Amino acid sequence: MKINYLRGARASIFLKRVCKRRLVERCCSFRTLKIGVSVLGLFFSIVVVTPLQAAANPSIGILPIAVDLSDKEKLQRGAKLFMNYCSGCHSLRYMRYNLMAKDLGLITFDGQLDKNLLINNLLFTRATIYDPIEISMPPIDARQWFGVVPPDLSLIARKRGAKWLYTYLKSFYEDKTRPFGTNNLLIPGVAMPDVLAPLSGRVIAVKQDEKNGNSFQPSLLGLGGGEMTEQEFDNAIQDLVTFLVYVGEPVKLVRYRIGGFVLPFLCIFLIIAYRLKKNYWKDI
Amino acid sequence: MGRLINWIDERFPLISTWRSHFSEYYVPKNLNFFYFFGSLALVVLVIQLITGLWLTMFYTPTAEEAFGSVEYIMRDVNYGWLLRYLHSTGASAFFIVIYLHMFRGLLYGSYQKPRELIWLLGMALFILLMAEAFFGYLLPWGQMSYWGAQVITSLFGAIPYVGDSLLIWLRGDYHVATATLQRFFALHVVGIPLLFLVLVFLHIIALHKVGSNNPEGIEIKKHLDDKGIPLDSIPLHPYYSVKDFVGVIVFLIVFLGIVFFAPEMGGYFLEYANFDPANPMVTPEHIAPVWYLTPFYTILRAIPNKLFGIAALASSIMLLLFLPWLDKSPVRSMRYKGRWSRMALAAFVVSLFTLGYLGTIPVSLTTQYIARFCTFIYFAYFLLMPFYSRFEQYLTVPQRIEK
Repeated sequence: MKINYLRGARASIFLKRVCKRRLVERCCSFRTLKIGVSVLGLFFSIVVVTPLQAAANPSIGILPIAVDLSDKEKLQRGAKLFMNYCSGCHSLRYMRYNLMAKDLGLITFDGQLDKNLLINNLLFTRATIYDPIEISMPPIDARQWFGVVPPDLSLIARKRGAKWLYTYLKSFYEDKTRPFGTNNLLIPGVAMPDVLAPLSGRVIAVKQDEKNGNSFQPSLLGLGGGEMTEQEFDNAIQDLVTFLVYVGEPVKLVRYRIGGFVLPFLCIFLIIAYRLKKNYWKDI
Repeated sequence: MGRLINWIDERFPLISTWRSHFSEYYVPKNLNFFYFFGSLALVVLVIQLITGLWLTMFYTPTAEEAFGSVEYIMRDVNYGWLLRYLHSTGASAFFIVIYLHMFRGLLYGSYQKPRELIWLLGMALFILLMAEAFFGYLLPWGQMSYWGAQVITSLFGAIPYVGDSLLIWLRGDYHVATATLQRFFALHVVGIPLLFLVLVFLHIIALHKVGSNNPEGIEIKKHLDDKGIPLDSIPLHPYYSVKDFVGVIVFLIVFLGIVFFAPEMGGYFLEYANFDPANPMVTPEHIAPVWYLTPFYTILRAIPNKLFGIAALASSIMLLLFLPWLDKSPVRSMRYKGRWSRMALAAFVVSLFTLGYLGTIPVSLTTQYIARFCTFIYFAYFLLMPFYSRFEQYLTVPQRIEK
């Protein structure tokens, strides 16, 4: 391969030496470019996997939670907790009672929706089973009582993420300076009272006197006296969060299932298509 | 069947079109991985058109109903969730495919003479695609939809003298509202797609006039056999139709893998903040466009002056249009260009990724300096190209494509 020097290029004393080196370099640096691009691609995909959800109070550690949507009993317990403790103020506007009941497994032996089970256990309003899960609290009153209208929770798990919700629900503590006597570590000054206090018992914030480091972040201490032990309470909140994750996207398991059929089918199809291509191209 | 084809062919140039664009359209035999993305862009376009058509049947473009109608599609419409995820993932897939398609152009000099017009038509398509994505992003009427549209439309307000009136005229209201949503909807589902289809047609016709470039950058039409067919070529059909078919299936495996198992893609394809309905009273702490527009958004944010920022944003896209005339190198492919061109392209790609990442995170002093540095590299890549591409050493391009 010959080397060209462009218009007005300087003297070519090292032509021979350069010539040899250049050939090697050509391959190398071109490959480096390609590798560089793929490494960047990889970097990007790692970044992509890192979720963008952020906490309100970044100094609070977000607690881990494993969400298993196929655990119907967990979902049922979560729904029970939601209907008993949350649904007075928070609607699930985009979720219908009957769809929820079906996905939660409230069905009779012949596969039909068990209406009585639903109405007696999870439906506390005058809504029919085909209605969305609404609240009856007027917004004007809500603003007067809490300062804000309690948000609809249909998509809260998609907006905040399960870990955030779990941490949030575990971060309430007694604070006499607040209107309802409770505060939250994750969102200081939150308008929502600690509605789960009868279950968790008293929780107080304790200032840590850590000598190494400058964290004055209080930690929470359970004093007991609730209907549940700490472990039971954690489990209950996990049930509730799992239920909210389900409500955020009721079709999640359906799409996993369909995807499980579609992808293997395409992979088999790929083998056939690839062999067809090989066959056509064998003479080229 | 033969009689039917004859009947049509007497009234319509069916067989001659098939021949000149498929069975006797000659393509270099050495096209590689990067050449899959043209056909993939067509596949994504079809996915977007079909899913978009069905979504339009169930979507309501008013400020009161828009958010709820999207959730209605996600929950009450049979397989509505699938249509929506195909469409939302398709938007990101479109940009991935198009960015790789454009990178191929940079890598192998596909914009050089005689393919300048293909590049220009492609750039017009890219600008239309960005507009289409921007208009479409308002439609779910989430917080990020609303505030993204608010920020981007407000850019027009920075134009001296006419800015404020222009802004109200564009939005149809004093802020982004139902009037804005409905015009965005009209542009998203009718206006831009029609223009887009026309330009795609022209892009392909222009390509088939001059033929494909190839990774070596060798002009195959210089060496013809006695029938006038390029020696180093093979017909598009069946060779590249079967090859591209394999590419389409691999693409579908990745694409549907995302649709079924990770449609949010960690908040990059569907932003978490957009699961909150639009609220004109609450501005989000951190407004970020979807990933495919973040490099340009970072360039906008990197400049302290609003008007100059907008000028930088516009010129960062417009500069791409001049690429065929900025590249003074007598060779096309990076395989034969010199060291400077390769380093410049590598620096450009790195800075583009960095700019893209910075656009997704909140601004700090450090990120702002990095953003400015990367913006400098971005512009330097184009503005210095006439110099480094002219004066660098290059290698002789072989006459023929080797086996």
